[in-house]
Amino acid sequence: MNWSIGKSPTRKDSLEKVTGAAKYTADFIGAQMLHVKLAVSSHAHAKLKKIDTAKAKQVPGVHAIILGPASPLTGDEVKDRPIMASDTVRYYGEPIAAVVADHPFQAKKAAELIEVTYEPLPVINSPKEALQPGATLLHKDLATYEKIPHVYPEANTNIANRTKIRKGNISQGWDESDITIEENFSFSPSDHTAMETRCTIVEIKPDGVVHITSSTQAPYKIKKQFAEIFGLEEGKVVVHAPFVGGGYGGKVATQLEFIAYLASVAVGGKPVKLLYTREEDMVSAPVRIGLDASIKLGATKEGKLTAAEITYLIDSGAYSDKGSMLTKAAAATCTGPYNIENVSCDALCVYTNHPYVTAYRGFSHSEILFVFERAMDILAKKLKMDPLVLREKNVFLPGMTTPTQTVLNHSTVGNLPNCIDKLKDLMNWDEGMVVRVADNKLRVKGISCSWKTSTISGASSGVVLLFNPDGSVNVLSGIVEIGMGTKTILAQLLAERLKMDINKIHVQMEVDTKVIPEHYKTAASRGTLLAGRALLKAADDAVSQLKHIASHVLTCSPDDLEVGYEKVYVRDEPETFVQVKDICYGYEFPNGNSIGGQVIGRGNYTLRHLTNLDYETGAGKSGPEWTVGAQGVEIEFDTTDYTYKLLNAYSVIDIGKVLHYKAAMGQVMGAMSMGLNHASAETFQFTQDAIISSPRLRTYGTFRYGDHPQYHVHFFETPHLDGPYGARGVGENGLIGMPAALANSLSIAAGVELTKLPLTPESIWRAKEGDEEK
Amino acid sequence: MISYDFDYHKPTAIQEALELFQALKKQGKKPVYFSGGTEIITLGRVNELVTDAVIDIKAIPECNTYKQDNRLILGAALTLTNVLDLQSFPFLEKAVAEIADNTARNKITLGGNICANIIYREAVLPLLLTDSRILLASLDGLTEKPISELFHQELQLKDGELLVQVMTDLEAIQLPFYIVKKRRQWGVGYPLITVAALRKQNKVHVAISGLCSFPFRNKQMEDSLNNEQLSIDERIEAALKHIPATVLDDVHGSDAYRIFVLKNTLRDILRVLGGAENDG
Amino acid sequence: MDENAITLSINGRDTTCFVRNAATLLYILREKLGLTGAKPGCLNGDCGACTIDVDGEPMKSCLMLAVEGEGKKITTIEGMKQTTIQSQFIEKFAFQCGYCTPGFIMNCHALIQKHPDATDDMIKNWMESNICRCTGYKEIEDAVKTALRQANQNTDG
Ligand SMILES: Cc1cc2nc3c(=O)[nH]c(=O)nc-3n(C[C@H](O)[C@H](O)[C@H](O)COP(=O)(O)OP(=O)(O)OC[C@H]3O[C@@H](n4cnc5c(N)ncnc54)[C@H](O)[C@@H]3O)c2cc1C
Ligand code: FES
Ligand code: FES
Repeated sequence: MNWSIGKSPTRKDSLEKVTGAAKYTADFIGAQMLHVKLAVSSHAHAKLKKIDTAKAKQVPGVHAIILGPASPLTGDEVKDRPIMASDTVRYYGEPIAAVVADHPFQAKKAAELIEVTYEPLPVINSPKEALQPGATLLHKDLATYEKIPHVYPEANTNIANRTKIRKGNISQGWDESDITIEENFSFSPSDHTAMETRCTIVEIKPDGVVHITSSTQAPYKIKKQFAEIFGLEEGKVVVHAPFVGGGYGGKVATQLEFIAYLASVAVGGKPVKLLYTREEDMVSAPVRIGLDASIKLGATKEGKLTAAEITYLIDSGAYSDKGSMLTKAAAATCTGPYNIENVSCDALCVYTNHPYVTAYRGFSHSEILFVFERAMDILAKKLKMDPLVLREKNVFLPGMTTPTQTVLNHSTVGNLPNCIDKLKDLMNWDEGMVVRVADNKLRVKGISCSWKTSTISGASSGVVLLFNPDGSVNVLSGIVEIGMGTKTILAQLLAERLKMDINKIHVQMEVDTKVIPEHYKTAASRGTLLAGRALLKAADDAVSQLKHIASHVLTCSPDDLEVGYEKVYVRDEPETFVQVKDICYGYEFPNGNSIGGQVIGRGNYTLRHLTNLDYETGAGKSGPEWTVGAQGVEIEFDTTDYTYKLLNAYSVIDIGKVLHYKAAMGQVMGAMSMGLNHASAETFQFTQDAIISSPRLRTYGTFRYGDHPQYHVHFFETPHLDGPYGARGVGENGLIGMPAALANSLSIAAGVELTKLPLTPESIWRAKEGDEEK
Repeated sequence: MISYDFDYHKPTAIQEALELFQALKKQGKKPVYFSGGTEIITLGRVNELVTDAVIDIKAIPECNTYKQDNRLILGAALTLTNVLDLQSFPFLEKAVAEIADNTARNKITLGGNICANIIYREAVLPLLLTDSRILLASLDGLTEKPISELFHQELQLKDGELLVQVMTDLEAIQLPFYIVKKRRQWGVGYPLITVAALRKQNKVHVAISGLCSFPFRNKQMEDSLNNEQLSIDERIEAALKHIPATVLDDVHGSDAYRIFVLKNTLRDILRVLGGAENDG
Repeated sequence: MDENAITLSINGRDTTCFVRNAATLLYILREKLGLTGAKPGCLNGDCGACTIDVDGEPMKSCLMLAVEGEGKKITTIEGMKQTTIQSQFIEKFAFQCGYCTPGFIMNCHALIQKHPDATDDMIKNWMESNICRCTGYKEIEDAVKTALRQANQNTDG
């Protein structure tokens, strides 16, 4: 019997969240707290000639004004970013100065009075421009920046990293092909738009312990970076991560925490709060990548892919932050879920004068799939082949090798042919892709396949289980509750393993890095795998402690005992048992002797056997497993004005094992919505000078109730043998095929190959009119 | 969050409001009338509107009037939701129902939208087309005028003048109308363009927001659209020649795309409200 | 710093506090009264995270000055106790990160009170005022529709 797995127990954060009791970083309010506001750049690229703070200092309530120090430099992989701009600004909205005052309005008023004199520099507005010969260099010192191994900045260029894939023999691939297609694709950076804007509170206690409360997905990374960058002892940096109001990757980056630390230092360690405005959250904080891509595919007449030659230019913005790793992920996943013997791909992380980038749900996968899956449709058209049939002929199966030359097996990759079959069924594929519903209205279907792994290494997670005297258990895990419900899933896993009531399992929501074991970071859909495995190990540890104590009480070998139903019982004689609550704090014999103490289960887990990619060929094991899926979109398209409605969206995903049905559905539908939203509306709009026009929710185009389609979701369960109960990562797969599926449906509907995002009626009109002019 | 401070006054009579305004000016202040306050608060936050005194007009009875005899009278401080709930002016309701969102409409007022700095001021469109009249208050007294006389790009108010009410003949309210708001994408937000039309005495009248940096109704444009010598497409081409200012080119859409959408919309209007007779 | 004393009726209690005229009701609720259920998301009237109930209407508390709140009956999420819409949000998993949730619940609750017979169009019209970035709105749709159905049954007898 399943105790909990596959069911949908109530989320553990429910009551707090529906009553307004759940506390997010900005909700911590104290009379002692000071407030920080930023002055940010109004230029995308300029020398800072002068920063005049005289007027700002006069504002009542102001305690301190901090300017950006030239060092230390920060950055996850390449240290290329000052905490605030010090002599050059490299993007519009870049923090220049921070004011600390008693009240937010005073800090704001002072920040408004800071006068900055700029000397404009030439602006780089796209990756292509950045690579032009003679292009302005954004980082003259690139060659000397500190960096991790396996990232390859190219001196005297704007290239922060390059990942190459060389699989098979590309010229042979072209020889074998009967048909080739070539196309270019592009889109601009865009925003994460979590509803909670980023916020942090930093305080330095008299004993030198730095307390950071932050809306972060990566509290343990902040701890390490603080120690490293500011020369602090790790034991004296404590990060608190309360509830986080959405992250989608955007809160993996550390940025405002550094600024707030300098602010707190400037006021003698008093607690300071820095809450980004929506505008700052959109442009000053890191964003999602933009992309310029070119792709050439070759295939036989029968539709067997023979060669792929691809260039992905990742618009990393002014700094590299996660840009170099996003580039690596783009290369590793470059062909989508298709087996191609001959592949040559260069993925470049390119500096521009755009806001800098960080992780975004899908970690390059949806961006790359937009390109690859559009190319597949273009190829199918040229082959006069059903686009799903073309995909079926080429999908990855166990035994095939990935672009990074990892051989897949039945555990590491899910069953994509199953997903495609089911998608056909759900979408009523036999009806045809285009149905005319009125004179000027078409109902049109588009599809895409997807695969996702996470190219992270050194990721680990720990879990501690503390028993309470009543036999209930507290779960301590460093996962941040950003909305995915992972902590509820941990409780489910424990309920299943201990065969106990989930209501007697209490999860600690807030993370405190001082007392809670580390979880790498709450990203990359790895929460369930890492923390889940750590939890199961901790459960086993607790079980063996319980059995040990019980074996003395029941005078038998621990090997004869089972734990379940809140008892420890003799396996073949269940009526001989002792209650867990009577032994989980030790056991006192009638004669007064005691054994044992509080049961504390411990467990940890690290991803195994991942390797770095070879610089020349990209060979290496980039991720633990691949979640695959087939997705589709059905739209109603107006042929006169190019407007459209999203009618239906489909996801068939092989998720290994459904642990929590409603949480999985929620993740997938939310991700689908996000993918469609990005593809249909979201983008930053840059002026020629790389100034972002109107960074506001009012004009950005986030979906609202009613813009969303009907969702159709189906799961397959091909177990990932390493995953807890076989589960695979699922947080991102709903998203990553959506942009391609939408673009494919619209390309068919409009009769023109759409190569740019977002797909607004205007962009379709442009493609169409441009097409007619040709 | 607004970083500057201001006085807050809430008069209960027109005269009191007018006098307050002048008194505050004498003190060297820059007072503004505060109706829904949504624009004052949101533009104030980014210092695009700066004031040191606000005069809240919501407690002035005349500004909250709703009366209907041979004409409909709506107070300037009625919220857009009030206007919708009254269900007495379908054309205006259709226009305001697309402004902002339901919750914001509980705060945004009719007068505030007419007097707003925002370039759209979509509530103005039906008022221009129905030849509505407005009641203004100044220390010289109350004056009633056709809105068309005072609305040129924006409502031409003298310093300290207060918009009190809007009046519309019931006859005009009965006339067939058409209004459509086109956005860059999806269902909520500023217009790419909003086009409103009214059929009166066999002629089509048109007012547009979002095309230029102000809402407008243009006589020559209407003449072209009603020129029965021409085919529908020719009429539209002729009308486009009379767009009174530069066409917007911004985050919502390019100028060329706005024209494309405008043409489609005008075609729909002529189809729905008549005028298609000569489309041979 | 110029502050005036005002009295606000919040969640059934009169509270006097000192406020700047320029302070929004959202700011005062959170910073002065510790009622942090209403969230800042944009301070521009766009997201609905700050939605509260004022005299039975949903209101974006970032679009309202605290001084405008005098004489009005204000309800925040903290004043909501075991309402149907709250249980439906739990039941239907209508939240993930939960940041938009108080605003959504306040908006839904006002809708249910004012229009228990709301049509799908009216529901859409009201719900458009809030943004949720985590869910795909489906679960919120289920929650509000079920809560409306229950409210309707209650009013029917
Ligand atoms: C979320 C959101 C979305 C929006 N979307 C749209 C949209 O799609 N289309 C659109 O047109 N607008 C839109 N707006 C803008 C909105 O229309 C303005 O904020 C609103 O019209 C201002 O009305 P108010 O009553 O709040 O005016 P206030 O902010 O009180 O005043 C606005 C201006 O008018 C002056 N004023 C107000 N009343 C009078 C009076 N009686 N006499 C003289 N002067 C007066 C004030 O002094 C001030 O200068 C949106 C606003 C929000 C918050
Ligand atoms: S904070 Fe009020 S609507 Fe966004
Ligand atoms: S639950 Fe996260 S924004 Fe709605």
